[in-house]
Amino acid sequence: MNDTVELRDHSREIRHFRIRLVMSAVIVVILFGILLGRFFYLQVMQAEHYTTLAEANRIAIQPLVPNRGLIFDRNGEILAQNYTAYTLEIIPDQVKDLESAIHELATVIEITPEDRRRFNKLKRESTRFKSLPIRSRLTDIEVARFAENQYRFPGMDIKAHPLRHYPQGELVSHVIGYIGRINDKDLEQLEADKRLKNYHGSTHIGRIGIEKSYENALHGQTGFEQVETDAVGRPVRTLSREAPVAGDDLTLSLDIGLQQAAIDAFGEYRGALIALDPSNGEILAFVSKPGFDPNLFVDGIDHANWRLLNESIDRPLNNRALRGVYPPGSTFKPFMALAGLELGKRSVRYGFSDPGYFSLPGSSHRFRDWKPGGHGWVDLHKSLVISCDTYYYTLAHDLGITNIHNFIGQFGFGKETGIDIPGEVSGLLPSPEWKKKRFNQNWLPGDTISVGIGQGFNLATPLQLAYATMLLANDGKAYRPHFVKQQVDHHKNLVEDDFVTEMFRLNLKPEYLDHIKRALVDVTRPGGTAARAGVNVAYTFAGKTGTSQVINIKQGERYNANRINERHRDHALFIAFAPAEDPKIVLTVLVENSGSGGSTAAPIARKVLDYFFLGKIPEPVEKAG
Amino acid sequence: MSSFDIKRVWYYFTRYIDNFLLAGIFLLMLTGLIVLYSATGGNPGRVISQMINMVIALLVMWVVANVSLQRIMRLALPIYVLGMILLVAVALFGEVQNGARRWLNLGFAHIQPSELLKIAVPLMIAWYFDKVQITLRWRDYVVAVIILLLPVLFIMRQPDLGTALLILISGFYVIFLAGLSWRVLAGLAVAVAVSLPLLWSFGMHDYQRKRVMTMFDPSQDALGAGYHTIQSSIAIGSGGISGKGWLKGTQSQLDFLPEPSTDFIFSVFSEEFGLIGNCLLLSLYLIVIGRCLIITARAPTRFTRLVAGSITLTFFTYVFVNMGMVSGILPVVGIPLPLVSYGGTSMVTILLGFGILMSIHTHPKLVKT
Repeated sequence: MNDTVELRDHSREIRHFRIRLVMSAVIVVILFGILLGRFFYLQVMQAEHYTTLAEANRIAIQPLVPNRGLIFDRNGEILAQNYTAYTLEIIPDQVKDLESAIHELATVIEITPEDRRRFNKLKRESTRFKSLPIRSRLTDIEVARFAENQYRFPGMDIKAHPLRHYPQGELVSHVIGYIGRINDKDLEQLEADKRLKNYHGSTHIGRIGIEKSYENALHGQTGFEQVETDAVGRPVRTLSREAPVAGDDLTLSLDIGLQQAAIDAFGEYRGALIALDPSNGEILAFVSKPGFDPNLFVDGIDHANWRLLNESIDRPLNNRALRGVYPPGSTFKPFMALAGLELGKRSVRYGFSDPGYFSLPGSSHRFRDWKPGGHGWVDLHKSLVISCDTYYYTLAHDLGITNIHNFIGQFGFGKETGIDIPGEVSGLLPSPEWKKKRFNQNWLPGDTISVGIGQGFNLATPLQLAYATMLLANDGKAYRPHFVKQQVDHHKNLVEDDFVTEMFRLNLKPEYLDHIKRALVDVTRPGGTAARAGVNVAYTFAGKTGTSQVINIKQGERYNANRINERHRDHALFIAFAPAEDPKIVLTVLVENSGSGGSTAAPIARKVLDYFFLGKIPEPVEKAG
Repeated sequence: MSSFDIKRVWYYFTRYIDNFLLAGIFLLMLTGLIVLYSATGGNPGRVISQMINMVIALLVMWVVANVSLQRIMRLALPIYVLGMILLVAVALFGEVQNGARRWLNLGFAHIQPSELLKIAVPLMIAWYFDKVQITLRWRDYVVAVIILLLPVLFIMRQPDLGTALLILISGFYVIFLAGLSWRVLAGLAVAVAVSLPLLWSFGMHDYQRKRVMTMFDPSQDALGAGYHTIQSSIAIGSGGISGKGWLKGTQSQLDFLPEPSTDFIFSVFSEEFGLIGNCLLLSLYLIVIGRCLIITARAPTRFTRLVAGSITLTFFTYVFVNMGMVSGILPVVGIPLPLVSYGGTSMVTILLGFGILMSIHTHPKLVKT
């Protein structure tokens, strides 16, 4: 009985057990089915998605940054080059305690507070995973010292970067300009220009000067490399490679010797000088003094240096030749004279007795000549040689502002010349319409009189004066002023060597031009305003002096240089070309706060011309009074 | 030696081994070695050391298979008691590694007593149920639960949630197979559902919570805890139907996978052999589990039935949890893929279980009195 119960219980227990076992087996199969479903989902339905992710994981596309093109002067002198600089970089994300790590780093290589500030600024602007420079231009010794201690600094590494260098420094800073680190604004611009793809990996871009205007030629074509990387981003092998194409090299028309001679000729003075070849518009020298060291800007200028440059009273960052506007003063007179002849208001023979002033009919206001009492009998030739103001007061009155505006406008005043560096300004050639628009005032007859001697509202850049002088020297033929002579690719194959653009040719009477040119030659001869500069000259030296007023002298007052703040003294101007019969060079000289054109600007022009024609390096001039 | 003698030696050597099960084990081990070679980036050293692990584990299995059931039964209580003493010792003198107190330094070796409990707990509960002889009453289940929870709580405090859960499950399988009534099971299910939020708030460490969170949304922490899950899913998914080929998995060869030779070895396999490989591997596991279920069904006594069933289902649980976590449907818990993942301890534990199964299957059936 007991046994039966036991047995029955036993078989019941086994039956129950087997039911549970079968249930377990079913659950096993179901759960395996779920796994299988998951695998099916991942490996069939989502296979493409995950394959893409796996490829993205392993394949990194690394840009190969091209070498930037070099810049040479016309004789092959190097003006901009590349060298390899060693930069210490930190990936903030890989450094636990950044502050103390940098502190420790400073015991191995010098880290200035300026470096830290710059690094912190970069850090705020980028993601934690990006490698950021803390020190650039490490010396070989510093590189070695860091390499020895590198184990102490995880997340820090030395990287070799090509860096731009301007061996001539200040000398050509206003022409070459500089490159700077690409910022967000640049990126936006590149994006808008659809050029962004070519800048993957690029760190720098042309900021001003040739570096900016020829950015496309100089930058080159970025290459790409597909690299397989492991989980920590180490490249394992290269899958494919498209080599970068280095930027094109540029040869400029600039002659660095002439440039140096010009700067030396200025001595202590500030100012601008432009020398160009009138037969094609090539610029031979382009000075804006003082300059600055463009190398400071390449890797981001530090605050102290920036303040020094930006707040200097000498304004070294201001490109005077390109962007400085000055009343052209008496250098305006040859163009006025030509207007008088061409428009029939004056003849070559016409003359008058100069009382030393001019008054408008019915007015007592006297427009005074620079020489009290006047110059006696003055004709057109003499008016240029001795720079008679009264002659041009009357001529301006006879021509009227509209004629002046239209005729002189043909010489490029009030317009950009189209030079191949950016930032040019257009100056100002006034007209009644302009005055109405600008001041909402009517043009007064008196306004015209000042315009006649290049003062009043008149404003021109030294570049515009050089351009206008070129037209005069060239008998009306205009070439676009430009710096670049030749562009070659990195294999030295010619890309482009025709940068000369003949813009137009003014129809001017040869005898009028001849007459004016002869007068300009006499300017540098005894009796002329630049006679001292023309002593013993070996070529026919045509020129015109000018004085550009910085402050207005009140009626009845006399200009006394000694009584005026040095910075408020007049600017000296001189335009020149030589040889007068077949001009090879056109010059504009502006000397700031130095007085009259004859005493300071013309001698500088002479020295530059002597260097140009005779190869003589002029001695530095002493600063006048 | 005559051929007869060889046959006799062979017979004595293999009489307690289940060839069918052994064949399945060998195939899984072979798969493991092949994948391991790839997962280690072609390192024969790791493969050889794993082969040594396998030989040791197979020896353990052979020894256990040769032990008679009575002896195994007699050992259940002492092993359990020993395990508990060691757990207490860990709690008092254990070494802390990675923020968890799991290891015991015996002077000559470091041991992790929780591994021992994986076998000891089901043996002990089954032994107790067997001792009861008659139909089990509710208070027997209470005793079983106490036997189960005692070590589980200790291990949870270490903390080692993964192992604690596995032991809990292996003990639960014994109780379930012993016939715990459905009503109680349903009640338990409700209790678990209720206690989960409580466990979440009070019973879990931050890293454990993070793991669970990450499971639901790996992208939430794509570079931290979710990284493993995402990279593993990428490996499996990019394997596609036929896989990238042996040694050609980019995710595994380029170190994107965490622990590619241990916990995540399945993603290496899956990337290189694809859905087809996965199906074959699942089938292989299914065959081994099926064989174990048959052995369980034929087991002669209550003790053997419960032990065999628990071992079988625990083995299945290992497989399911590992594949589930690697493919992103379960949280990342440190559970290796049995017989495939690199590692000696789990290999020995698993084969020890198979040894018991073989012993159950091959020793003369005792007629239950």
